[in-house]
Amino acid sequence: MPLARAVLPSFYQDSVKLMRLAREIGEKPGVSEVAALMGTPANHEIMLQAGLAEESEVDAGPNDLVLAVEADTQELAYEAIEEARAFLTQARAEGDGGASDFSPSSLAGALAGAPESNLAMISVPGAYAAKEAMDALRSGLHVFLFSDNVSVDDEVALKREAIERDLLLMGPDCGTAYIAGAGLGFANAVKPGRVGCIAASGTGLQAVAAQLDALGEGISHGIGVGGRDLSAEVGGLMTLHALDFLSGDPETELVALISKPPDAEVLPGIEEALENFAKPHVVCFLGAENPGWAETLEDAGHAVAALLKGESSEPENFFAQTGLKEKIASVRPEGVAGSGGVLGLFSGGTLAHESRLILEGLLGDVSWNEDADRHRILDLGDDRYTVGRPHPMIDPESRAEIIAQSVADDGVGVVLFDLMLGRVSARDPAGPLARAIREARGKGRSPVFVASVVGTADDPQDMDEQVRILEDAGVVVLPSNAQATRFAAALVKPELLEGGGS
Amino acid sequence: MKNLRQKPLQVVNLGLEIFADELKDQNVAVTHVRWRPPAGGKPHLHEILEKLEELDR
Repeated sequence: MPLARAVLPSFYQDSVKLMRLAREIGEKPGVSEVAALMGTPANHEIMLQAGLAEESEVDAGPNDLVLAVEADTQELAYEAIEEARAFLTQARAEGDGGASDFSPSSLAGALAGAPESNLAMISVPGAYAAKEAMDALRSGLHVFLFSDNVSVDDEVALKREAIERDLLLMGPDCGTAYIAGAGLGFANAVKPGRVGCIAASGTGLQAVAAQLDALGEGISHGIGVGGRDLSAEVGGLMTLHALDFLSGDPETELVALISKPPDAEVLPGIEEALENFAKPHVVCFLGAENPGWAETLEDAGHAVAALLKGESSEPENFFAQTGLKEKIASVRPEGVAGSGGVLGLFSGGTLAHESRLILEGLLGDVSWNEDADRHRILDLGDDRYTVGRPHPMIDPESRAEIIAQSVADDGVGVVLFDLMLGRVSARDPAGPLARAIREARGKGRSPVFVASVVGTADDPQDMDEQVRILEDAGVVVLPSNAQATRFAAALVKPELLEGGGS
Repeated sequence: MKNLRQKPLQVVNLGLEIFADELKDQNVAVTHVRWRPPAGGKPHLHEILEKLEELDR
């Protein structure tokens, strides 16, 4: 198929901008494949595999932008390249020419112009992230480190430096934080309030903060500590530091700690810190068995709200609720029970993990990011699915394509998914998924689609409208990920309803 | 961590510009850095630069 390529020398652009551009150009009639990538060796490999480069051509460096388009005709391919080039050149001219926006080229330059700055958000490629983060800490800034691919040694060094300077190092791979009323990264628009959160990663914090918002409570600070903080190597450095910070924070009346379980070596130190912690707190270590800890993110949210009211909270038995049996019968097509499996297609890593744990408890073996078992969960935000393509929270189209493929698989009885709203997320994540589901239905055999939506009334997406779009496409929308997962389990294993489940 | 409790949040953003845009929408003061890979993105030059900087410190 005809291919056109162009290299724009010294034209660095961030990956989100480039992915959006590639998606837009890809929608032009006659265009079949588009790449808009910086010329790194890894990106060259991606383009080679997609047939958008030839082996011999390494015609660009990491600061050069490569555009490649495959189209029905050579003319269309050139046209698309020129359109992309014109768009980029114009956007750059507008960005550089804006006299009102102070836009320096380094951290030092930024601090010279804005010396009162107190936090750095760092989302540069992983190879450069640790150095930028260390420079920021040494300049007295707290750091929100979104970048991944930071080594564990660098993580420990950064966290030690931060603690010595009484600063927060949130991350690496930190997706979400709330600091002093502002949402950083993939955050929902939640009310400021009296609950302090410490969370390993992004979507767990989003889910609990959004639920608390719906329950009328707000967030004082939500500190992301990174998924490895409670590992033996990192030793809970930032979790302990964040507890210390929140214990002295006058706005924070109660603390919720949300993570996967700590390493056995780290757990005693965390338990000791919690015993000595003067404020009420709720612990949710997903997958840990401790009657005093919340089992699911939703239970954690309810426990926080109840504690703040001076009440106690007992998780309800989902399977014993009235009307559930009828609701399940009304959406279950012939043949799902007993044969089809559950396929989880998640954009949120923590929600994917939570669903896996719940399903394993109810249905037995569940495979993770592979096709091994009858029931499987795919975390589509994981690195293995995002090489050369956007994260599904930024670009819902990629997940819509997977939904379309999954329907052809006879083994799939239920598709379970999450919808993450919030400031950086796509503006209409439900739309492309609903379209894919409708198209799937049009082709005959269709699984049952079950979802939960994480969002608030003040998010830029209209949450009610997003739920309506899904429901109009026949999706069963439940109020939480835990409930959606249990509903999915009951669809393929009706006995759960008889016994009351667990 | 006084500088978070007693002063309004003021952010320097290095990387994805969408993060700076979302902070501006929340009326948070933010300086977006026009970040580029140092040393033209060439790893060996970058390494040399980092070593020189370490020595400088």
